[in-house]
Amino acid sequence: MLVLEAVSYRYAGAERPAIRQVSLTLDKGEVLGVVGPSEAGKTTLCLVASGLAPRAIRGAMDGRVLLDGADTTALPMHEMAARAGICFQHPQTQLSGICGTVFEEIAFGPMNLGLQRDDVVVRTWDALDVLGITALAERDPMQLSGGQMQLVAIGGLLALRPAHLILDEPTAQLDPGGTRLVGECLARLAAGGASILITEQKTDLLERICGRVVVLEKGGIVAAGPTDEVLAAAGLAAMGVAAPSRVRVRRALAGAGFGDGAIMDALH
Amino acid sequence: MVGPITLLATAVVLPAAAAGVLRRLLRTSMVLSLPIGISALLVNLFFFPGGSEVLLRLGPVTATREGLELALQVLARILAISGAITLFYLTTRPAELVVDLERRGVSPRLAFVANASVQTVPAMVDRASAIIAAQRARGLDTEGSIAQRARGLVPIVGPVIMGSIAEVEQRTMALEARGFTRPGRRTLLWHPADSGAERVARWLLVLTVPALLVARSAGWLDLLG
Repeated sequence: MLVLEAVSYRYAGAERPAIRQVSLTLDKGEVLGVVGPSEAGKTTLCLVASGLAPRAIRGAMDGRVLLDGADTTALPMHEMAARAGICFQHPQTQLSGICGTVFEEIAFGPMNLGLQRDDVVVRTWDALDVLGITALAERDPMQLSGGQMQLVAIGGLLALRPAHLILDEPTAQLDPGGTRLVGECLARLAAGGASILITEQKTDLLERICGRVVVLEKGGIVAAGPTDEVLAAAGLAAMGVAAPSRVRVRRALAGAGFGDGAIMDALH
Repeated sequence: MVGPITLLATAVVLPAAAAGVLRRLLRTSMVLSLPIGISALLVNLFFFPGGSEVLLRLGPVTATREGLELALQVLARILAISGAITLFYLTTRPAELVVDLERRGVSPRLAFVANASVQTVPAMVDRASAIIAAQRARGLDTEGSIAQRARGLVPIVGPVIMGSIAEVEQRTMALEARGFTRPGRRTLLWHPADSGAERVARWLLVLTVPALLVARSAGWLDLLG
């Protein structure tokens, strides 16, 4: 379980905090979505939740982040890595850049942890298998498409077998094909019982995989609740967050006078 | 001069031919040693102090026979050195070198830096060509006279370097998130094949060095002459 208790974070040199008094809980096996306009603090939330802020990025944090009851500030980063994996937007910069094959790239994390060789191999094959990318094992990671690269980055996290996954707009840099590829994998992971905190602009993806969604604006949580309710709220579009296509089609139909009947039922 | 040439033949050319990289070796080491080779040749040929047998006079400078001998000797040494280095790079895969270094106890961070610096070259080339295309689309002149091209270089080099530096932060975070900063040994999945014959050859090479030094100081051979 990942708990944020009234967490505020201000980057070194910044005048205002990037997130203010954010409290949220990610239960075991839950997929929690975070939406919000640009600069709402989504990335900061992910960095704080993963322990990278304030470790790797200088700044001042208030409040507490608890991972399965342990205060994250007390854990060294490599122990955090085995408990909460974080994936960023850019596929390229997350790969180690020193591995000749996808297999080695995914094995990089477990190798860093100094696990037994056989254990590393098993974890790597498992991660490849879960994501459905065993066919890529021998490929050069730098020659893959963006979507495939992002899957390799996620695979690198899964091989660490963290109890929590934190994904910061994992499809932001991807084309529709890559988005679908990553989305399908995330849906499979979610169905398999992974605990995932995901920020995303593409609400269609969140609608598919999240049980709950919180809305972040100007660093604070302004709405939270079941995915359907939050994503269908009227105020979302004004913030620059597009509602899922299902919601938009329903609205368009209602606006055109098809308020009742079979079409609307089909969309519910 | 005989010394470096013997070395070049036995320690560089023969192994390169055996490895099937002789042609690439010759081309690469020529290019590598050309600038320093030419200057060493000219300096030693014309500015050797106290040469007696004059070969050629060009205004204020004189080429002597002793100068020519020294120049050729220096050139042969440069070729031997650049040939040996080139042979090493042509026959060693960076990934294998790094894994082996790590296996022998070099710190993972150092090994990472060594590996990354080799592996990021293609990425830098990609980035540079993308930036060149972007700047040209905005009217930057990358053709024409040398002065024009030099001016055009500034808005290209800046973004290439700044972009790489900006990426470092993200890469650092990604590495930390994958446990790279954990102290202690990492697990290694494989190590390069190292046959008994190779091990024997390596030790023989190591032992050859003091043997040659002893032989030379005892006056048995004049390889370095």
